[in-house]
Amino acid sequence: MRPVVSALRINDNAQLVREIVTPEGIPVRFTLARAGDRAAGFAIDLVIQIALLVVIGLGLRSAVGDTGTWLTAAIVLLAFALQNFYFALFEIRWQGATPGKRAIGIRVIDARGGQLETSAVLARNLIRELEVWIPLRLLFLGGIVWPDAPGWARLVAAAWAFVFLFMPAFNKDRLRIGDMIAGTRVVMQPKLVLVPDLVDETAAAAAALRRAAPGATASAAAAYSFNDAQLSIYGIYELQVLEGVLRINPGDLSHLEVLRTVSDKVRAKIRYEPAVLDHERFLREFYTAQRTHLEQKLLFGQRRQDKFSR
Amino acid sequence: MQSLAAVPATRLPPGAIAARALRSVEFRREREATWRELEDLIAAADRRGLRTLGAEQLARLPHLYRAALSSLSVARSISLDLALVEYLESLVGRAYFVVYGTRQHLRRQIAEFFGWKLPATVRAARWHILAAAIVTLAAAIAAFQLTSADLDYYYAFAGSMAQGRTPASSAAELRDGLYHTESASGALTTFAASLFSHNARIGILAFATGFVAGLPTLLLLFYNGLVLGAFAALYHVRGLGLDVWAWMLPHGVTELTAVVLCGAAGLLLAQALVFPGARTRIDSLREQGRAAAVIVVGAVGMLFIAGLIEGVFRQTVTSVPVRLAVAAATAAGWIYYFGFVGRGRVRRDAATEVAR
Repeated sequence: MRPVVSALRINDNAQLVREIVTPEGIPVRFTLARAGDRAAGFAIDLVIQIALLVVIGLGLRSAVGDTGTWLTAAIVLLAFALQNFYFALFEIRWQGATPGKRAIGIRVIDARGGQLETSAVLARNLIRELEVWIPLRLLFLGGIVWPDAPGWARLVAAAWAFVFLFMPAFNKDRLRIGDMIAGTRVVMQPKLVLVPDLVDETAAAAAALRRAAPGATASAAAAYSFNDAQLSIYGIYELQVLEGVLRINPGDLSHLEVLRTVSDKVRAKIRYEPAVLDHERFLREFYTAQRTHLEQKLLFGQRRQDKFSR
Repeated sequence: MQSLAAVPATRLPPGAIAARALRSVEFRREREATWRELEDLIAAADRRGLRTLGAEQLARLPHLYRAALSSLSVARSISLDLALVEYLESLVGRAYFVVYGTRQHLRRQIAEFFGWKLPATVRAARWHILAAAIVTLAAAIAAFQLTSADLDYYYAFAGSMAQGRTPASSAAELRDGLYHTESASGALTTFAASLFSHNARIGILAFATGFVAGLPTLLLLFYNGLVLGAFAALYHVRGLGLDVWAWMLPHGVTELTAVVLCGAAGLLLAQALVFPGARTRIDSLREQGRAAAVIVVGAVGMLFIAGLIEGVFRQTVTSVPVRLAVAAATAAGWIYYFGFVGRGRVRRDAATEVAR
């Protein structure tokens, strides 16, 4: 029964979903980016920063010639600018994305749903000095910064580094300190997939069958019919689970098995007597009838959430 | 067994559907074209940037976005097709990124930032700036007094920053240090650049440690003041009082102001965290954090200017009156900038706010 169980998970990471209200007053749900995604995005950006530094440094050297001090000065400035303004510049220009975020598919938004302000972008990125660069320096260059540090100092430094670096893993909104200070969230960029409506699909298939065999209209077109009593058993939740089951990629044998199981359960539940040969077809037509029934109820303001609601 | 899903399904004339066509199916058929159009616009904006969209497409974007929003709320109330509602949710989300991401051109943003936002934010933070300045000044005066009385304090206050300028040096050596010039192409440029990035990093740190309740911020300010006071005292004792100020102030006015501003930014953050007042901590952090970031970016710009003055001007001009005149000019410049630039804009904004 495992495939059915996985189809039941309509919102698989419900604790990461946050609702924000757009300036138009409509709530829209976003899924927060996971800590791992953010770390991956950051790693990509870090690599790009280092690559930029090396490439521009080498470029300058070949352009100006190896005149030592100017070159060093330029590289010092460049390193500073990259470290502190790389993220901010991209997030301002690319509507909340940096190259790394874009590659992973995450974005920065305003936590309250307003426009992403420049000052918010600056705030969330300047704080990286405290939460990223200093911890990294302590972890990897600790020996250079403070050569004979006593053991306790190393311990404190490591604790500091871990608290700040792993902050997003510790709070429920996956907030970095920069996000707290700026009032921003990092969310997943939703994928855009519009699949055909199941009702439309079923009706079209039935019409195609009718065209293929005009004589057999009666038996082929309205093969299964349901009465009101049978349609008043399930609610919206069950309907949408059925939608999930029907949308699982059809064709393989285990899917047919799942369809038969579901069809058996449904028939037993709604006391559907006639014999059923094509389980997929039965479920599709039941879906159409059930959705029509529930949507009509919806028009009258009756929202039957699931089979338990009265 | 026939599989119905294998039959091609879409694009039928409306009449082909059974008589009890669903409203939600009808609804989708009517609106799908505008959703697809919005999808294409978003894809283009994501791939090549907003600015590559034509004027007509740009004008269409908010219209399509609002249409998608209204589709979403209709779909939520009439359609039980989960796939459709989730698609619309995603579509609105993606469009939201484009419509409510940062929008203006970078150049206009920068002009706006320096022309209005920065000075206005600094004016709003005047009490925090005053507090940061008092901490620095108090430390400087204390260190000055102590070091003047006993030069050994110099080692305690400014030991690590001495760079050969210690009480062991003679007055002549100290004097040479103040008027020593080098060709600008020497090690000086590197020195100025490293000095700038070092100072700027300290400034950003003073701001960021505001998040740790501001104690490190205060310590940084205090320590900065100590070094300043001890340094000045050393030269005063040797009778080089005027010379040391003429050496320090041309870039020092800008640099010290910048450090104080960074400290004030840290204090803003600390106050939001420790004393959020009537609002929640998250709310007050969000507001003060943004203001503090604006101030810090301004201060980093000031430190860059200070680095230029220090690296180029001070090493080529040795006349005391000219040095002091430049110091006075920078002071006047910053007072004008932070005191008066952008005031009209604030008033206009307040007026439109009231008019709304």
